[in-house]
Amino acid sequence: MSAIQPSVAQDRSKQASAPVGGSAPNAVGSVGAPIEYILHLADNAVVLGQRNAEWCGHGPILEEDIAMGNVSLDYIGQARLLYQLAATRMGGDATEDKLAYFRDETQFRNYTLLELPHNGPLVGYAVSDRDYATTVVRNFLYGALMVLVWDALEKSPDADLAAIAAKSLKEARYHLHHAADWLVRFGDGTDESHQRAQAAVDHLFPYTEEFWTPSVAEDAAVAAGAGVDVCSLRAAWDAIVNETLSEATLVRPQVRGYVPEGKHGRHSEHLGYLLGEMQGLARAHPGATW
Amino acid sequence: MSTVVEQVWASLAHLTDPEIPVVTLRELGILRDVTETPDGVEVVITPTYTGCPAMGQIEDDVRGALDEAGIAARVITRLAPAWTTDWISDEAKEKLRVYGIAPPHTTRPDVSVVKFMRHRPAPDAVACPRCGSIHTVVSSQFGSTACKALYKCLDCQEPFDYFKPY
Repeated sequence: MSAIQPSVAQDRSKQASAPVGGSAPNAVGSVGAPIEYILHLADNAVVLGQRNAEWCGHGPILEEDIAMGNVSLDYIGQARLLYQLAATRMGGDATEDKLAYFRDETQFRNYTLLELPHNGPLVGYAVSDRDYATTVVRNFLYGALMVLVWDALEKSPDADLAAIAAKSLKEARYHLHHAADWLVRFGDGTDESHQRAQAAVDHLFPYTEEFWTPSVAEDAAVAAGAGVDVCSLRAAWDAIVNETLSEATLVRPQVRGYVPEGKHGRHSEHLGYLLGEMQGLARAHPGATW
Repeated sequence: MSTVVEQVWASLAHLTDPEIPVVTLRELGILRDVTETPDGVEVVITPTYTGCPAMGQIEDDVRGALDEAGIAARVITRLAPAWTTDWISDEAKEKLRVYGIAPPHTTRPDVSVVKFMRHRPAPDAVACPRCGSIHTVVSSQFGSTACKALYKCLDCQEPFDYFKPY
């Protein structure tokens, strides 16, 4: 399929026009990232975007309520571009909406870290139990990875993926900056905020082990010359994380060898509920528009 | 007798950003190019932030204006080169300021991501669009839209939006 260029006067309510990447109209056939790899990047973005959007109307302060809404918009925007690219390359009747709304839990390739609720361990899952330190720590740990991933993918010979990476990098820098600022504020703040930030770090840090064990899709993307070897980013990620934690007077916990497998499709119990909420309307009313 | 490309530019000249109605799509750098190809005329637009909800409206506005002018042209969304606030013209920046939005500083693309965190750049000295004072502080890095941060002027005490460098 080479139908990346959108059709004339396309009805936007059916499907948004697929974006055109760099100078090469279609990278498939030259250097193209595997579809599974693009879906991994897209699923990460949509799941965290959906998760963070839960703060909409429930933020701890108005400014942060708005900030999380905007960060979510960025993530969902990135996810859309990636799903559109995947759908174009899959051809047939694939669309961004089908990829986001009509795949089941085990087909999602996101990191487990991103699907966890905003609640720390040993508390309930009620809205009132949400913990903003958990939100900030997750956004920080993932944000530190994504500035590096997008920075590398911006140079990918897969022109379509590189174009998405160039835009996403600009947004990821703001996300990381925002999360790092709050992490320092919490960690180096009051006794209560320090304690909760440290608890969130201790809870979430083990999930980052998943970043450093490449999946088949990631290996295939590297082999194709279009992806990034995540392990090559680890030293830079460590530098960002260690320096920020130190500034925040927080301690990096020892990791004990547990490696989550979300990107292989083996998820925690939390993803199903998240997808239930995200996909419910599209599945109850297929083709619904507004 | 103007060329069809000139006619397209003319028919789109009045279109403004739905959220910032004082600047045109061309001034913002969203309307990138109009070219004549063997398959007809192509209008190229580029998205700002990936999730900007105004993009759908902008695309519709472009199609609507073309229809109204009776011009058959294809509207193409192109991601690369990535949109940057550096493309916003000086005239448009002044219009933003008069409208109450502090215009964006030039981007700093040369900073590596690790260095970016290690020596986090001091926030830009943003001048208050009302009184011109640079005695201002960030209230929030995200404002009423993804592209803006919320600032406060410590002299005239007014809150204002800052269009972030992108």
